[in-house]
Amino acid sequence: MASKTQNAQLDAKKVLEAVENQFTTLQILNEEGEVVNEAAMPEISDEQLQELMRRMVYTRILDQRSISLNRQGRLGFYAPTAGQEASQLASQFALEKEDFILPGYRDVPPIVWHGLPLYQAFLWSRGHLAGGQIPDGVNVAIPQIIIGAQYVQTAGVALGFKKRGVKAVALTYTGDGGTSQGDFYEGMNFAGAYNAPAIFIAQNNRFAISTPVEKQTAAKTLAQKAVAAGIVGIQVDGMDPLAVYAAVRDARERAINGEGPTFIETLTYRYGPHTMAGDDPTRYRTAELDNEWEKKDPLVRFRKFLEKKGLWNEERENEVIEQAKEEIKAALKQADAAPKQKVTDLMNITYTDMPDSLKEQYEIYSAKESK
Amino acid sequence: MAQMTMIQAITDAMRVELKNDPNVLVFGEDVGVNGGVFRATEGLQNEFGEDRVFDTPLAESGIGGLAVGLALQGFRPVPEIQFFGFVYEVMDSISGQAARLRFRTGGKFSAPITFRSPFGGGVHTPDMHADSLEGLMAQQPGLKVVIPSTPYDAKGLLISAIRDNDPVIFLEHMKLYRSFRQEVPEGEYTIPLGKADVKREGTDLSIITYGAMVHESLKAAEELEKEGFSAEVIDLRTVSPLDIETIIASVEKTGRAIVVQEAQKQAGVAANVVAEINDRAILSLEAPVLRVAAPDTIYPFPQAEAAWLPNYKDVIETAKKVLTF
Repeated sequence: MASKTQNAQLDAKKVLEAVENQFTTLQILNEEGEVVNEAAMPEISDEQLQELMRRMVYTRILDQRSISLNRQGRLGFYAPTAGQEASQLASQFALEKEDFILPGYRDVPPIVWHGLPLYQAFLWSRGHLAGGQIPDGVNVAIPQIIIGAQYVQTAGVALGFKKRGVKAVALTYTGDGGTSQGDFYEGMNFAGAYNAPAIFIAQNNRFAISTPVEKQTAAKTLAQKAVAAGIVGIQVDGMDPLAVYAAVRDARERAINGEGPTFIETLTYRYGPHTMAGDDPTRYRTAELDNEWEKKDPLVRFRKFLEKKGLWNEERENEVIEQAKEEIKAALKQADAAPKQKVTDLMNITYTDMPDSLKEQYEIYSAKESK
Repeated sequence: MAQMTMIQAITDAMRVELKNDPNVLVFGEDVGVNGGVFRATEGLQNEFGEDRVFDTPLAESGIGGLAVGLALQGFRPVPEIQFFGFVYEVMDSISGQAARLRFRTGGKFSAPITFRSPFGGGVHTPDMHADSLEGLMAQQPGLKVVIPSTPYDAKGLLISAIRDNDPVIFLEHMKLYRSFRQEVPEGEYTIPLGKADVKREGTDLSIITYGAMVHESLKAAEELEKEGFSAEVIDLRTVSPLDIETIIASVEKTGRAIVVQEAQKQAGVAANVVAEINDRAILSLEAPVLRVAAPDTIYPFPQAEAAWLPNYKDVIETAKKVLTF
C-alpha cells in the first residue's frame, strides 16, 4: 500500500502535468495562410494587415542588408532577425505610440518601428554614442545587453505608468535562454505583485546561442513559468503574425484595464547565426531543423493569406523592397555623417555634472584631441 | 534645532525630500509598515502613503531594476538595500544599468537614484551584513559614493544625494546609527557631494578617513595632542569622486599623512588617496603616507570582530610611525 507521502507525491505530479497540459499554442494562420481559428481573429483592418506585411518584408530586407553591411565592416554588432518577424513586428504593431518598449539586443526592428530612426540604430550597432540619443517622444530603451535586466526594468516602467495614471503598457523581450535568469522571475514577480501594466515576451527561437531549449529547463513550456508569478501566461505560434498580434492586443487591453501583466511565449526560429561575431549555427543545428522551421516562415504564410484576400501582390512587394533598400541607403549616409567620436564626448556623458577629478582628465584629452 | 541620532537625521532627510518633490519614491524590503529593519523609514508610509513609500518583494536585483525603470519614467527613486552585503545581488542594476544609463543614452536620460544601505562592522551581524564595499562601488564611473559620519552630515548629504541627477550609493554605518546625537537643523539644507570636511584642524599630520573611522581618528588625534602632536582629521564624506583639493591642501600644510579605512587594505579607497597624494604632493612629504586598514581576510566572524576592525590605537601607532619617520 502506498504511503500517505507517496500519494501526495503522485498528486503533485498530476498537478504539474495538468498545468503543463493547459498550455497549448495559439495559432490563427496556419503555414498555408489559412485561418484555422476564426474565434481568435483580432480586430484588424485591411490597411493594417497590409502595413504589417510591409513592415515584415521591409525588415527581412533590412536583415539581409545588415548582414552584408556587417561583413563589409560597415556595421558593428548585429544579431540577425530573419525568422522572427512575426514575433518582433506583430507584437510592436499591437502597441500604441505611448507604450514603452524595453528590447533585448536582437530586438532592434521593434524599436525602429516604434520610432527610433534607422540611422540611429546603425550608429548604435557601430558603437557611436549618438545611437543611444533616443528622440523625445520615442518610448523605447536602448537594446539591453545583459540578458534579463530589461525584465526587472520593465516592472519599473510599468509601475511608473500606473503611478502616473497613464493608460499605457511597458513591453519587453527576451529569448528562451533569458527565461533561466533570476531577473526573468524577479521582473514578472514584481510586476505581478504591483499589478503593473507590463507585457513580457520570450521569443523562444529554440537556441540560446547553441544551447537548445530542452537543456535550458525542465519546463514543458516557457509560458507555464507565468503561473508561479501569478500572472497570465500564453504560448503562441511565433511564426503567425495574427496570433502574436492578437495575444499582445489582448494583453495590452487587460493591462490598461488594471488586470495586470501578461507573459507571452512565442514559438519562433532565427534562421541566421546568433550574432555576426563568428557564430556558426551548423555546429549546433541540423539542416533538417532549419528546413522544418523555414516551412513555417511568417512572411510566406502572411503573403498567402493576403494574396487570397487581394491585399498583396508581387508588384506591391517589389515596391516595398525597393523602398527598403533606398531608405537603408539614406540611413547609412546619415549615420556616416555623424561626427567622429571623441574621448571628451564620453567624459561629457558620464556624469550630469563632471567631477573635478574627471575635469582634470578632460583637459588632458581635450589638448590631445585639438592637436 | 533638534538633537538627532544619525538614523533620525536620515529619516528626516527622506521626509524633507518626499515633501519637496512628488517624484521622490522610497521603497525596499520592509520599509513600509515596518519602517525598515533599522527604522530608517519609520512613519514615512503613514505620512506620505503607500504610493510614495512602499514595500518590495524580497529580491535585490528586482529592486534595482524597479528603480531604473521608475527613473526612465521621470521618478527620483530612493531604494533601500537592506544590508550592503546583499549588493552582489543587485550589482548589475547598479553598476551595469543605473551607472550607465546616462552614458548609454548619449546624455539623454539620467538615473537620479539614491541607493541607501546600512553597512559597517562592530555590531555582531551575521555574515554578509557588515562588509565595507565602498571601494568596489568607487571603481564604477557614473556612480557617486557617499558615507556620512555624523547626523548633521547625514541629513545634508542625503538631501543632496536625492537631488543629484546621477546615481548615488549612500552608505550608512550601522554602528553610527544611534551612537550619538547632534544638533540637526529642521527643514532642508544641503551639503555638497564630493566635498570633504575638516573635522579637526592640525599642523603636524593629516589623517584622511571616512565613516566610523572618523571617530576613531578623532579619538586618536586627542590622544596624540596629549603627546604634543597636532593632527588634522579630514572626513572625506564622499569617497567617489574624491575631494582631492582638500586632501592636498592639508598634506601640503602638514607634510605628513595617513589614510584610515575600516575596509580591508587591498585595493580600495585608501590606496587611491595615497596614490593621489603621491601624484600631486610628493615633494611636500616628510614621510611615506601609510594606511590603517583591516587585514586582507574575508570579513570576520563576530567573535573576532573587535580584534579585526581598525581602532584608534591602530591609528595612533601608525600616526607615530609617520610623525617620527
